[in-house]
Amino acid sequence: MSTDRAALMATVLTLLRAIAPEVEPGTLAPERPLRQQVDLDSMDWLNFLLSLHERFGVSIPESDYAQLVSLNNVVDYLQARLG
Amino acid sequence: MIEFKLPSLGADMDEGTLLEWHVKPGDTVKRGQVVAVVDTSKAAVDVEIWHDGVVHELRVAVGEKVPVDTVLATLLAPGEVAAAPAAASAAAPEPLAAAATAPVARPTPATQRAPEPDKLSATTRHPVSPAARRRAKELGMDPDTVPGTGAQGSVTLADIEAAAQAAPAPVAAVAPGAAPSPALASDRQKAMRKAIAAAMSRSKREIPHYYLSETIPMTRALDWLQQRNEGLPMPERILTAALLLKAVAAALQRTPELNGFYRDGQFEPSVAVHAGVAISLRGGGLVAPALHDVGAKPLAQLMRELADLVKRARAGSLRSSEMIDPTITITNLGEQSVQSVFGVIYPPQVALVGFGSIDVRPWVEGGKVRARPLLCATLAADHRASDGHRGALFLAELLELLQQPQTLADASNPTPIQPGDTT
Repeated sequence: MSTDRAALMATVLTLLRAIAPEVEPGTLAPERPLRQQVDLDSMDWLNFLLSLHERFGVSIPESDYAQLVSLNNVVDYLQARLG
Repeated sequence: MIEFKLPSLGADMDEGTLLEWHVKPGDTVKRGQVVAVVDTSKAAVDVEIWHDGVVHELRVAVGEKVPVDTVLATLLAPGEVAAAPAAASAAAPEPLAAAATAPVARPTPATQRAPEPDKLSATTRHPVSPAARRRAKELGMDPDTVPGTGAQGSVTLADIEAAAQAAPAPVAAVAPGAAPSPALASDRQKAMRKAIAAAMSRSKREIPHYYLSETIPMTRALDWLQQRNEGLPMPERILTAALLLKAVAAALQRTPELNGFYRDGQFEPSVAVHAGVAISLRGGGLVAPALHDVGAKPLAQLMRELADLVKRARAGSLRSSEMIDPTITITNLGEQSVQSVFGVIYPPQVALVGFGSIDVRPWVEGGKVRARPLLCATLAADHRASDGHRGALFLAELLELLQQPQTLADASNPTPIQPGDTT
């Protein structure tokens, strides 16, 4: 389970770097709000979620955006839906 | 014979480097076709051609840096037959030596080209970019006496500014502790900074700005967007930014004196709204390429085109028409949580609309204080083209339109037929 989670986190980071290439994954705190650490505007954010959607086939309703604050939140959310 | 010249891709551009030709002599080209890629200080731009025809000769080689207005290629108009090389050379204002060295239709190395007569009357002078010549005229300077640092020793706008200051040009500040970055990226950074500095300095010097602001309740617009997006697959969701663009274009129908160009001492209104969308680039700097005909496009299409424009701007892949023809600029700094932005107009445009963040704040409704999402919209406008009263009408109209978001959504606004008919 933990390796699944690590692999999931690695994929999420790869997708994030496709949007924000300047991100150094090692410098991100996974428990802190992502958009405080990475300069993502609403277009970047939508593109990030779209890339998650394409990669994992998970549709993320707008009403769930509020749950997706930190990288940990994003990975938890995906894990719950990929079951 | 049609001359295809390097266009000025914005008020801040003096020169460009030809990166790529997409056509060769003998190719048939259509109006609007991308024929070349030119590197400006801001981006690699796909340059479109504005005539139908057949490519006759490519005059600038890949890798060459040339001033704006340089002839990049010649075209034969549809039906036109190529003149014999000798005759063509005789007709062109080029020295005989150039004709003798170019007996066949192959790209002539630019070093063999004679400078154009309107730019150069004697062999000792350097070419002067149109922007530099205009500025020199305003300052009462002789641009031919200014040392040029541009392509082929040409005098650029920055050269004129530097000479006008009669002081050493400021050296780009580099923090001693800054991490070393690839030389190319840092060169582009510097060039972009310089280009923005020139355009914004010109704006603040020439344009008598006035500024207005209005607080817009966004409850209805946000509720409507949320409902609309709920039932849609992710790729079809619409961001608030797209709705705001649409609202600006619709509001401009009532105040056309905010949409267009101020050139040669007078305002030229534009019928279409080509919204220059300010897009910040990762690593610094910004571009404001045009989203064409915002008023005429349904919201869903606008959103797709906005997403595409942002993507291409950040990838450094814009088209020449997008750089040339924004008729108004729209900047949205709300993402960084600032409350309002009073912008600097991008010449020759006459207005800039700024949006801050949408925050829940106290708002009085029916005598009661309520918590409401509020947006501060601002207008920076050129007093030569409009007055504060008209600007206020624009913001009031914007507020009204955003209370009826559904009317903005699907109906494409009819194009205003008479831009002068504002009452």
